[in-house]
Amino acid sequence: MTSQPLQVARTCPYAPPAQHVEMRDNGGITRVRLPNGREAWALSRMDHLRAMLSDPRFSSDRDNPHYPSFRADEVPPSGGGGRMLINMDPPEHGPARRAITGEFTLRRVAELRPRIQEIVDELIDAMLAGPQPVDLVRAFSLPVPSLVICEMLGVPYTDHDFFQAHTATMVNRDTPPDEMQKTMQALWLYMAELVQGKSREPGDDVLSRQLADGAAPEDVIALAFLLLVAGHETTANMISLGVLTLLERPEHLAALLADPSGTPMAVEELLRYFTIVEFGNSRVATDDVELAGTTIRAGEAVVSLTNAANHDPEVFPEADQLKLDRGARNHLAFGYGRHQCLGQNLARLELEIVFNTLLRRVPSLRLAVPAEEVPFKDDAEIYGIHRLPVAWDARP
Amino acid sequence: MRILLDEDKCVGAGQCVLAAGEVFDQRDEDGIVVLLDGHPDEARRGEVETAAQLCPGQAIEVRTD
Ligand code: HEM
Ligand code: SF4
Repeated sequence: MTSQPLQVARTCPYAPPAQHVEMRDNGGITRVRLPNGREAWALSRMDHLRAMLSDPRFSSDRDNPHYPSFRADEVPPSGGGGRMLINMDPPEHGPARRAITGEFTLRRVAELRPRIQEIVDELIDAMLAGPQPVDLVRAFSLPVPSLVICEMLGVPYTDHDFFQAHTATMVNRDTPPDEMQKTMQALWLYMAELVQGKSREPGDDVLSRQLADGAAPEDVIALAFLLLVAGHETTANMISLGVLTLLERPEHLAALLADPSGTPMAVEELLRYFTIVEFGNSRVATDDVELAGTTIRAGEAVVSLTNAANHDPEVFPEADQLKLDRGARNHLAFGYGRHQCLGQNLARLELEIVFNTLLRRVPSLRLAVPAEEVPFKDDAEIYGIHRLPVAWDARP
Repeated sequence: MRILLDEDKCVGAGQCVLAAGEVFDQRDEDGIVVLLDGHPDEARRGEVETAAQLCPGQAIEVRTD
């Protein structure tokens, strides 16, 4: 079968690339060529993706040389040693996931609400007291999830700039291989020291509790690394994209401000609409698998075109429209199957609090550049916005 | 309406609790699903079926008997 080169970069912030849509509407299982020249299957339909993601014969192991890469060069994906949950397959994955899930239940996450509200309010106070225009990404979108996850893990806030710079470099597809390697190593070393500190002097935090439950220090280091990286850029980009969308579409903003109880559903719709972790549910087959009439052979890479699936009009009526009251949680923005986002309910809560607070407290918030000049992260593994300059009416 | 759970398949995502909080809960230690009501009222059918559909582990089965 002939393959076509996969369109990797986004072409429009508000829609999946035309190529992905065409693939979805023409059967949904397509042979593609990745930027590094390797071949893969691209899946773009919700039903196929759900079937694939609940099938144990598809592996999440990002260290497998056949796992699809979206970079043009061949960078070894190594995280510096240690196994991360997101790379594990059964039977290893289940027990590892259970060992940490207690920290992320809806009830545990709900207990964080007052503290998250405080963090959000303090960041807004600081922003309003400073000069304008300001880059909302640096002043607000990144610090919110960053502070939350750092407090959960017991990472000192003074180490923040270090984290934000390193994670941004790591998720940028254009980072040169040697810099990528150095960045990962620096983050890994930092985590190792942090975990060593916790075993000497336990605190009231996730890492100390994992150690107290008998987890091996190297597993706790891998977990700390994953939680920091997974919980940081993702939520920050959703904050920036959501704020931009609300500023640009006043009718949506008005509806949101009129009824804060509708915000959780608005968050759900923004997650679907932007699907910022586009290829995150990709896998590699470990056995020959028959999927909707196509045989995927052992060792073949499977790319998830999640954004196309999340914009399927057969699943979401008028899927190309943003409908904040759509009320559909059956999207794949957090993935599906055993690896479905562990932090999803934390992310939901952070986003709800942010959207209910920022635009209510700063009703005059506006873009400080024309909307066409907002730089989108077409090149990053996690979609988002590089900079979002904003201004507001200073209080008299 | 009767609900059957397969704990081994549960991945603790809490989607069921979000969809039908009167019927499902999560265990504190490991986030695994707990059934609060194994025979929920017919009035809850909609939310229970949503929970079963959303569950990423396909751990929830809804029986009519
Ligand atoms: C809007 C924000 C977020 C989005 C869109 C997102 C998206 C995703 C997706 C798509 C996956 C599945 C990857 C796969 O199937 O291989 C995932 C997994 C994961 N996420 Fe998130 N995430 C977000 C926020 C967070 C937060 C706040 C945390 C933690 C603090 C987090 C922690 C994780 C972890 C640990 C996994 C791996 C779970 C496993 O392998 O069992 N995420 N996320
Ligand atoms: S939705 Fe499914 S996987 Fe998630 S907690 Fe409920 S039963 Fe478990």
